[in-house]
Amino acid sequence: MDLSFTPDQQAFRAELRAFLNENLPARLSDKVRRGLRLTKQDYEDWHAILNARGWLGVNWPVEHGGTGWDAVQRHIFEEETTAAHAPRIVPFGIAMLGPVLMAFGNDAQKAHYLPRILNGDDWWCQGYSEPGAGSDLANVQTTAMRDGDHYVVNGQKTWTTLGQHANMIFCLVRTSKEGKKQEGISFLLIDMNTPGVEVRPIVLIDGEPEVNEVWFSDVRVPVENLVGEENKGWTYAKYLLTHERTNIAGVGFARAGLSALKRIAGEQMDGGKPLIQNPFFAAKVAQVEIDLMAMATTNLRTIAAAAAGQAPGAESSMLKVKGTVIRQTINALTRQAVGPYAAPFVSEALDEGSNVEPVGPEAAMPATQAYFNNRKLSIYGGSNEVQRQIISKAILEL
Amino acid sequence: MDFRLTDERQMLQDSLRRYLTDTVTPDGIAAATDGEAGFDRTVWDGLVEMGVPAALFPEEQGGFGGAGFDLMVVFEELGRAGLPAPLLETVLVGSLASSEDLIAGQVATLAHAEPSSRYDLSHVETRAEQADGAYQLTGRKAVVPYASATETLLVSARLNDKIALFQVQPDAVQMRDYPLNGGGRASEIMLDGAAAQLVQEDAMDALHTAFARATAAQCAEALGLMEAIKALTVDYLRNRKQFGQPIGKFQALQHRMADVLIEIEQARSAVINLCGHLDGPERDLHVSATKNLIGRTAKLVVEESIQMHGGIGMTQEYALGHLAKRLTMVDHRFGDADHHLERFIRLAAA
Ligand SMILES: Cc1cc2nc3c(=O)[nH]c(=O)nc-3n(C[C@H](O)[C@H](O)[C@H](O)COP(=O)(O)OP(=O)(O)OC[C@H]3O[C@@H](n4cnc5c(N)ncnc54)[C@H](O)[C@@H]3O)c2cc1C
Repeated sequence: MDLSFTPDQQAFRAELRAFLNENLPARLSDKVRRGLRLTKQDYEDWHAILNARGWLGVNWPVEHGGTGWDAVQRHIFEEETTAAHAPRIVPFGIAMLGPVLMAFGNDAQKAHYLPRILNGDDWWCQGYSEPGAGSDLANVQTTAMRDGDHYVVNGQKTWTTLGQHANMIFCLVRTSKEGKKQEGISFLLIDMNTPGVEVRPIVLIDGEPEVNEVWFSDVRVPVENLVGEENKGWTYAKYLLTHERTNIAGVGFARAGLSALKRIAGEQMDGGKPLIQNPFFAAKVAQVEIDLMAMATTNLRTIAAAAAGQAPGAESSMLKVKGTVIRQTINALTRQAVGPYAAPFVSEALDEGSNVEPVGPEAAMPATQAYFNNRKLSIYGGSNEVQRQIISKAILEL
Repeated sequence: MDFRLTDERQMLQDSLRRYLTDTVTPDGIAAATDGEAGFDRTVWDGLVEMGVPAALFPEEQGGFGGAGFDLMVVFEELGRAGLPAPLLETVLVGSLASSEDLIAGQVATLAHAEPSSRYDLSHVETRAEQADGAYQLTGRKAVVPYASATETLLVSARLNDKIALFQVQPDAVQMRDYPLNGGGRASEIMLDGAAAQLVQEDAMDALHTAFARATAAQCAEALGLMEAIKALTVDYLRNRKQFGQPIGKFQALQHRMADVLIEIEQARSAVINLCGHLDGPERDLHVSATKNLIGRTAKLVVEESIQMHGGIGMTQEYALGHLAKRLTMVDHRFGDADHHLERFIRLAAA
């Protein structure tokens, strides 16, 4: 047993830190720290900065323009970027589609799409879920019928995160109604500017239009946009989900959240003293911190196994459940900390440069919003119930 | 022992439920929250016509109710409907000053909490000064519900080391008005030597009573919200199909929904406890016991109901969102679960 990072890893951390110091614009880290609204441009700016250094393809091999980092390095990157309040890397192109194309795409697709992801030419979104296909993803009903050298796509996707920014969507579509449900699914890349694609925003409970419905009516998609083989999409989708679940523990986000919580609870007064000195409150903060310390090591154990070449398996389900519960607990405590000022909702105050002052402490409204918004953590990417189901089948063999 | 409602209260509950079911809509609530008053005047006028404010006060104050269980019946229904309205303010103000105008439908509010008072009722920095027999108030009041729509504005302030209560003309103060999570509006109030009329010189006991009554009402409202959320969620579990069956057939969800039901029944008992002791010697112990339990249960009900709905539970458009936010905000007024846990320990040891 050795809990320390190697000298190389420590040097890597120092290099990252220096880079962030120099290159992460204060404008962006300030927005992230204060919980202000990030624009499409903000994400694109940050992607471009990382890409210029060759560090955008965090989970990509060098041959495709990625970093070639191992699991530990990726973990250190996550720790350092979240601690520095960098925007997150938008996952759909980099973390999700990239690995699928590398594994299953043809040469032309790789040569065309991968550089465009890195250069920010395409903004991808994920078209998996449908109204009737959530946890039961294999139930997708959006159809793609072959017509000469095109597929004609009809149906509806939903919950499409940041689809309003996207020009491309990767979709699970039904190409066959025969056999098992899983066997008639294909993985199709669709240009959202094609006639017949319509994007409608869905406003979430925090008031933000974060997700969308995407409708397809007779959308003609060239056959060369099929990834891999027809009716093999389920295999690729599952492969993608294992990538979606790397870094699923969200330790970096939890740490950033915990330090914000402590700062806020140090500023809020309660009976003449800072709230953080209230034993009832302090006990809850301490408990979640203790959970997080153990979680960080659970995470590292999985990462070490992955770095040693083991494919992430059902362990990532463990990380998903515990990691999201910890983050949600921190969100709930932060909401509690801001007290009566959790109630005011002045949406305009979240825009950069807004001349609308926040009501009460600046941290208050973002705290309430984050609490509501992060209820999603235990719903998406395979709900926590689905993860527990996986654990009981794959690990416990029940 | 008898846990049934009296005939009068049963009638009030029935007609109130019918009225609110017919008149309150999610769009109406959203529009009112974005509007000037923060509540729907038409619905309010209907409530007044039905005698709802009168049910909150005893006969000697011109009403026909005023007991804990009257508050419970009224506010549970308001909660079920998820209706934002200045009726908690009616309870507060009516127990501190005259209730006559309130019974006739006047909108009134109490400005007591301040930017750094959190949930401490005795933390008042606003000062009252007397000059030539008149009073002037200077200070700041925080998150005052419906202040921009109020006709009567009660303000607490320090006068000779005591906390006194004043009436101030709403146009004699500066207000910053804003919408609230869960609907309704509130204001930050700036008093800069505002002319005031003395209502009560040593008002701390009266404030405690007012807040006890309002907390009971608010807990009943929370209970109604929980019932509405439970109904929505059970309905969803029955109708939403995944893997070829209603998700309510999955035991993992069945057990959690059963726990939610158990906790909501506990919440009902806690509200009954408080309403039954509202005029008794153990009032404050029950205020804190119930507010603590309601705070904990609200969090459970909100989080479980959103989770069991999946994505749809995260949307603003679906009815759950508004109810869940409104229920969450209950823990941010009149003291959160921790505040009342601490107070309960103190009171129980005394
Ligand atoms: C904010 C947000 C962003 C999202 N972004 C995207 C995106 O970009 N692209 C995309 O494709 N999708 C996205 N999703 C969709 C997400 O993956 C689904 O919401 C998720 O798969 C759950 O599906 P559902 O919402 O239909 O819930 P349902 O599957 O209907 O589940 C409802 C409840 O039933 C439970 N349940 C279901 N099956 C079982 C079972 N067998 N046993 C026990 N419990 C069960 C669930 O855990 C949940 O609690 C997003 C969702 C959210 C909330």
